[in-house]
Amino acid sequence: MSIQKTDLAVILQSDRFKELVNKRWSVSISLTTIMLVVYVGFILLIAFNKEFLATKIGEHITIGIPIGIGIIIFAWLLTGIYVRWANSSYDKTVREMRKQLLDE
Amino acid sequence: MENFQTSLGEPNIASILIFFAFVGVTLYITYWAAKKTKTTSEFYAADRSISGFKNGLALAGDYMSAASFLGIAGMVALKGYDGLIYSIGFLVGWPLVMFLIAEPLRNLGKFTFSDVVAFRLKQTPVRVASSVGSLMTIIFYLIAQMVGAGALIQILFGMPYEVAVIIVGFIMVAYVLFGGMLATTWVQIIKACLLLGGATILVVITLGFFNFNPITLFNTAAEKYSDAVLAPGGFVTNPWDALSLGIALILGTAGLPHILMRFFTVPDAQQARKSVFVATGFIGYFYILTFVIGFGAMVLVGTDIVSKFDKGGNMAALLLSEAVGGVWFYGFIAAVAFATILAVVAGLTLAGASTLSHDLYVNVLKKGKSTESAQVKVARISTLILGILAISLGLIFKGQNVAFTVGLAFAIAASANFPSLVLSILWKKFKTNGAVAGILTGALVATILIIFSPTVWVDIFEFESAIFPLKNPALISMPLSFLVAIVVSLLSKESQAEESFEDEKLRTFLGIGAE
Repeated sequence: MSIQKTDLAVILQSDRFKELVNKRWSVSISLTTIMLVVYVGFILLIAFNKEFLATKIGEHITIGIPIGIGIIIFAWLLTGIYVRWANSSYDKTVREMRKQLLDE
Repeated sequence: MENFQTSLGEPNIASILIFFAFVGVTLYITYWAAKKTKTTSEFYAADRSISGFKNGLALAGDYMSAASFLGIAGMVALKGYDGLIYSIGFLVGWPLVMFLIAEPLRNLGKFTFSDVVAFRLKQTPVRVASSVGSLMTIIFYLIAQMVGAGALIQILFGMPYEVAVIIVGFIMVAYVLFGGMLATTWVQIIKACLLLGGATILVVITLGFFNFNPITLFNTAAEKYSDAVLAPGGFVTNPWDALSLGIALILGTAGLPHILMRFFTVPDAQQARKSVFVATGFIGYFYILTFVIGFGAMVLVGTDIVSKFDKGGNMAALLLSEAVGGVWFYGFIAAVAFATILAVVAGLTLAGASTLSHDLYVNVLKKGKSTESAQVKVARISTLILGILAISLGLIFKGQNVAFTVGLAFAIAASANFPSLVLSILWKKFKTNGAVAGILTGALVATILIIFSPTVWVDIFEFESAIFPLKNPALISMPLSFLVAIVVSLLSKESQAEESFEDEKLRTFLGIGAE
């Protein structure tokens, strides 16, 4: 690998790289927060408002069933959203910056 | 099905044949993989040649243990909705693995997650501390798996407990010892396909009794028992308890050494990301299946029969498979359960061996100076040690109540491994002393608190009331580990660690210099 020490400093200090890092963590932290809020909210609902989850939406079916299964599907969709963002936006910048650095 | 007959506990021709077929195929793969397993990178990381999709399946294979298949289906069969709450906790950790850990881990590490924690810190102290966290997690998890394996096989095949434990130990050592990560990965993939396929067929046949309408199944359950089975019951009585268990399950998932190790088998960060998406999808699907299987067992087998065979309901899925699919299908599901245990134990053993050889022998004892062939040799010796350890643990803990060990493994993973990993990735001021103090605090506090908790103090030692009120210690031990790691880091001086954080970014985010 032939990266000059000066090149390295320039890249690390560049606005573009800083933006890449900030963007990555802001996406990650936001999605993490959403997941935790949904999960902790669900647990708190079970702890403090079982009656709500026992609300009937059919003859016997409770609202708790679609909510519970919905959380499983939601968790998976969130990972899908992240992959989509990373594949389209993040990877593009990474590729360009790597090219610039390594003449790939 | 009033006069329920079962062949549970009798040797079943179908399951023996299917199990032998599984072992035959996987050992053949091991033979094939052995020819491609000569270097350390091949032994620990399958030469980074596994695609994202395959690794996703293998991750699912590593994670879906027999305990989650049989245990959660059983919980649903006996308690209804409450079993679902448990599965959700097991799944929600996966998105966090994706958002916080998968890509930096892939870019910074080589073979173990300790590579990442120790990346810019002093090797010896950090490696030793993080090996403690790693090995404790693996050993407690192994105890649960081996004891479960022995007991399960005894019931399924009518084979003596000790024989079962030794067979599991030998086959699993063969996979890892000769075939390394490549063989282990294929064992996981085959097991994941069998488990997902078997569970899907079981669900389809079961739903056939209800016009293929899950709502009819749920309604029948409510009519046979009560509406309460479709709503949260006694699982969460104390919100702190639920939260503590939730933290252990979620952050623990992101700190399990055998799961983290899988991210080094893919070629780059992009494939690491893809593998989490695939794994989360399959695991989520699997938990939805176990929910239906549980209700199927509740209605078609009945809670009285399910609890007659096992108080915890662990036989629910197997009883249901016999009730709806006859003895051959039961044999198939039983063989799948056996294969499931074998695969999980193989993954744990490989992770344990990598800690012993790569972290402790090569990087601590030999200070990173060891020839390639010596490293592979030590890796294989470590596998044997882990194999003997696993068999011994299975024999020592025979008949013991080891239900708490999975909770403890997750609590340590969440309190020792996860904080150090996240801080090393995210926090510039993280220092050697902080890492060591944080890891040891997390592991120690989690272990001590679980001894004083109702799970051990009351359930095992049979004291009247527990000294520590929560069943799982993660709610206390995890934040405490973070706090200690942060405070000690702030009090220490280590300019090297801070400076290299900037250089490390190039590797973390762009993957430049990643192995």
